[in-house]
Amino acid sequence: MTDMDKDDLLSLYRQMLLIRRFEEKSAEMYALAKIAGFLHLYIGEEAIAVGAIAALRPDDYAISAYRDHGHCLARGSDPGQVMAELFGKATGLCQGKGGSMHLVDLAHRFMGGYAIVGGHIPLATGLAFATKYQKQDLVTVCFFGEGAVPSGQAHEAFNLAALWKLPVIFICENNRYGMGTPVHRAVALYENVAEAARSYGIMAERVDGMDVLAVRALMRTVVDQIRAGHGPFFIEAMTYRFMGHSMADPSHGHYRSKDEVEEHRKRDPLVLLKQQILDQALCVEADFKPLEQDVGEIVAAAVKFADESPFPEPSALHRDVMVED
Amino acid sequence: MLLSYREALNQAMREEMRRDPRIFLIGEEVGYYQGAFKVTKGFVEEFGPQRVVDTPITEAGFTGLAIGAAMAGLQPIVELMTMNFGIVALDQIVNNAAKIRYMSGGQLSVPIVIRGPGSAAHQLGAQHSQSLEAWFCHVPGLKVVAPATPQDAKGLLKSAIRDQNPVIFIEAQLLYGTKGEVTEGEYTIPLGQAEVKRAGADVTVVAYSKMLLVALEAADQLSREGLDVEVIDPRTLKPLDLNTIVASVKKTGRLVIVEEGWRFCGLGAQIADSIYSAAFDYLDGPIVRVTGEEVPMPYSRPLEDAAVPDAPRVIAAVKSVCGAA
Repeated sequence: MTDMDKDDLLSLYRQMLLIRRFEEKSAEMYALAKIAGFLHLYIGEEAIAVGAIAALRPDDYAISAYRDHGHCLARGSDPGQVMAELFGKATGLCQGKGGSMHLVDLAHRFMGGYAIVGGHIPLATGLAFATKYQKQDLVTVCFFGEGAVPSGQAHEAFNLAALWKLPVIFICENNRYGMGTPVHRAVALYENVAEAARSYGIMAERVDGMDVLAVRALMRTVVDQIRAGHGPFFIEAMTYRFMGHSMADPSHGHYRSKDEVEEHRKRDPLVLLKQQILDQALCVEADFKPLEQDVGEIVAAAVKFADESPFPEPSALHRDVMVED
Repeated sequence: MLLSYREALNQAMREEMRRDPRIFLIGEEVGYYQGAFKVTKGFVEEFGPQRVVDTPITEAGFTGLAIGAAMAGLQPIVELMTMNFGIVALDQIVNNAAKIRYMSGGQLSVPIVIRGPGSAAHQLGAQHSQSLEAWFCHVPGLKVVAPATPQDAKGLLKSAIRDQNPVIFIEAQLLYGTKGEVTEGEYTIPLGQAEVKRAGADVTVVAYSKMLLVALEAADQLSREGLDVEVIDPRTLKPLDLNTIVASVKKTGRLVIVEEGWRFCGLGAQIADSIYSAAFDYLDGPIVRVTGEEVPMPYSRPLEDAAVPDAPRVIAAVKSVCGAA
């Protein structure tokens, strides 16, 4: 495989590990009431954000739903600023105004996390419309869960994207549950949710969302195709959420069994990639130690930065409601 | 020059689109049909289908697309065939257009105009006759404009297009054919400035959009009965130019507010509250409101006429507030 470059693979592993450790720490901080509100963890789904974003240029656009920490970090956002945003601090990415579900990092072309299911998918078509209008060779990647697929706004967006051949890649992270409702109770064509896009003439493909290399390989092909003007595209990435829907939901809850969760954990994207690396004899177990240590230090520093940062001043309350003249 | 309200809007958009290639127009039938109410007559011929974009009948989808395009640097004008259809796009308007700047801590902005006719015309039925300005005014992050004359329509629309905030621009079907003097050449009218449309000493009447014409008609009749009515058009409903109304109330001591929308939580309630807070000591009596009746708009002509404020009702209100009933 041409993918098998040691530094490249370790870089992908490191990005996934950063998201994993960052979110484990977020859960701890939630338990300590340093983080409040809703907190939706991406643990188990990291290969999709990392694999997909690895195929993008820095000036391409990415946009996501409310389970957005992974996409933001994969885009290159500073973990300290992301953690500070979760803490509601003035030094957060959005100065504490957004929170976990509404991370935005314009400098890294991360155009936001949105918390009305399906509501950001039209925005993605708009980003793509703007790049096409301005004759820029950029692609827009839009992440959402399979729970958004039956929403009206998703269908309106699919139709517009197909109608106007917009350079947008829809990435459906099919983690099999919309909150506690399994996909077969929510999506009529649950065995192939990509049919929703195909029915508008959008090319679609399914990928193993636990395999970061498979995700990236598919994305590289699709991005080239889109950049050449052959958009849009729909990717259904099969994945699984190891944690609850949010912090209010235990890791398996009443709607799925512990055994089911354990079964999926065997295909943990971090474990899979590590095994691929070890199988190829590119690294030995000891090579991962420094990564763990390095990432651990970054996350610890992010927490320290967030914790020591000030809350927004009262004067910030009314700032940025409007663009002032 | 003498122009219709429709022609004034057409000129405003035409001049702005010639000035700035980032401006594009999107909506149902805006292109080859020339606009459902012919406001965009000649646009697709001059600017081409890339900038005058006909859409499917999916308001949420194309409004969301336009918001996304604005986030990426374009300056969209969305034409809603009628403001009633804004309800279908309300998630995009309220949850995205109005909030994205604030949620992102000022990183993103949404310079968009969403325009179309509101209020009743002749017997269009309950779903096509609504005055929804209070809904939009309620939401932080939006500006709301509702001009009554061709002069104001042109000057305010040009300002709305140049504004870097989302602006809801409410026209009226029954105003499209009305004519008035419009300044030759380039001019704009700042958002947030009311205008005294008729100077008077005895009582202040605040009215906007179509109701301005009703108020002026009432004022003419009342002048023959010896009552000197001052008529003020806020023109921009949010931000509201309270100073101009307060100055008038300090002079007259009496206030009547006319609006076509429903009474409960209507815009007049807000204006009355603001005046009570700012000028209570100058009022000689309670503020009187003339509003639409609290019913879905009936189709039948006499019932529809009964549901919408007219000059006799404004005259009665003015007389009651002046103790001349």
